[in-house]
Amino acid sequence: MGFEQFGVISFTGNTRAEQFVEFLKKNEIRGTVCKTCGAKFFPPRSDCNFCLSGDVDWFEVSGEGNLLSFTKAMFAPAGFEKDVPYMLGVAEFSDGIKVFGRIDKTLNEEIVKPGLKVKIRTVNLENDRLSYELTAV
Amino acid sequence: MAKVAVIGVGQSSFVRSYPGSIRELAFEAFRDAMKDAGLKSDQIDASVVCSAPEYDKQRTPSGLMAEYLGLNPQPTFYVESVCSSSSSGLRTAYALIASGLHDVVLVLGFQKMSEISSAESQERMGRGADIQWEAPFGTMMPAYYAMYARGHFEKYGTTEEDLALIRVKSSTYGQINDKAVFQKALTLEKIMEPKYIATPLKVLDCCANADGSSCVILASEQKAKALCRKPVWIKGLGMATAPINMAGRDTFSGLRCAQIAAKRAYEMARITASDVDVAEVHDCFTIAEMMAYEDLGFAEPGHGKDLIRNKETYKDGKIPVNVDGGLLSKGHPIGATGGSQIRTVVLQLRGEAGEMQVFPGPKIGLVHNIGGVGIYGNVSIFGTE
Repeated sequence: MGFEQFGVISFTGNTRAEQFVEFLKKNEIRGTVCKTCGAKFFPPRSDCNFCLSGDVDWFEVSGEGNLLSFTKAMFAPAGFEKDVPYMLGVAEFSDGIKVFGRIDKTLNEEIVKPGLKVKIRTVNLENDRLSYELTAV
Repeated sequence: MAKVAVIGVGQSSFVRSYPGSIRELAFEAFRDAMKDAGLKSDQIDASVVCSAPEYDKQRTPSGLMAEYLGLNPQPTFYVESVCSSSSSGLRTAYALIASGLHDVVLVLGFQKMSEISSAESQERMGRGADIQWEAPFGTMMPAYYAMYARGHFEKYGTTEEDLALIRVKSSTYGQINDKAVFQKALTLEKIMEPKYIATPLKVLDCCANADGSSCVILASEQKAKALCRKPVWIKGLGMATAPINMAGRDTFSGLRCAQIAAKRAYEMARITASDVDVAEVHDCFTIAEMMAYEDLGFAEPGHGKDLIRNKETYKDGKIPVNVDGGLLSKGHPIGATGGSQIRTVVLQLRGEAGEMQVFPGPKIGLVHNIGGVGIYGNVSIFGTE
């Protein structure tokens, strides 16, 4: 299906939103927008809870975001130990879209704090896996 | 509105590793509560069994517990909201009685976390987040709550030391709670040692995994008055949810689900925050207690730190909070925690809390029990009348 390639570890490979990974392969991070009522979703949803439509288009999350919070994990749950230490954070982009994910570990720690201007980019992991991360603008 | 009372409470000791199986662990709390209530198995009309799944291998645990506790052929089922499972159990049991379906309902919470390793335990907790969109990044509870700590620091100037003061309080009372997993005194210096789990949270900002069980027995007004010398009445219940995804959250300096649940509980009980005499809050991490002070209205947003700095949440303070040591000292056997919080508040209201007793006799008690990083908020209010 393709979705099992997303993230460091995949817990489900089966979703109607699997096109997300196809977009990652093209260096695009995309959310969905309801064809009927225009509601936008990130992470992507296949179903609109506002108007019950199951028909969605894809839009690109781009531009500059604002880092709202973050943490540096010094321990990891089973399966993620190789990545320690790693940073997780959440940033707000335009249209109220927020994104949660890893933060670029090459960034100087001193600049990583709430208020940092960030952008989102795709990341290639080992074994043909794909992900995305927040990095400084 | 139907009057429903707590007529029996019990819990096991919370320990690092219980030398027995989940059924035996559950029986510890059951025995404790049944003796407290003076009841026999055939007086229980239904049971609600609560735990977080995937720590032990028993599927459909309610059926097992019904058999082992001698509750066949009465109805039983499983209720789960991760760390607030037994509060959800309380809400369910209340509804079963208020509807007239049953008169006496038992809520059994249990968790045996020692059956898996610590890393495996974090992995389970990481999957207490959206497994499609967040768990693939390596999520875990300390990391999520750490983001809330960072948000609180950013917005209100709260410091790591403010959080550490909460652990100091916890360790003060953990020492006098013989059911707690952690009974040692802790100094501020020790808590501030830079052993980070997920910045800015350090190892002593975090509660420990534990094995434990809890049991709360509820009864209708008529049965409560017939069976119990000191029924403790449920005055208000509030529950609310927030998006499981961080991308759906509107604030990182408080838990919206707790704020809404508190508002609903206060409304049902027809009280305000200032009427609460004693409280048990969900201090899975020090930041969680700090946010609870504000989310429950004990302090204005950003001023939770004033409460702890001025010792207002100690036993003889304005609003005693977690004077049984809280999750930080008791440990956090996930499904059992809510029932333990309820038990402490009920004992306080009965005047039976021993060394932990708040004086003068508290009349209104509150339990704040959160599932995951604010996915589920449960606030339950109890009263002597």
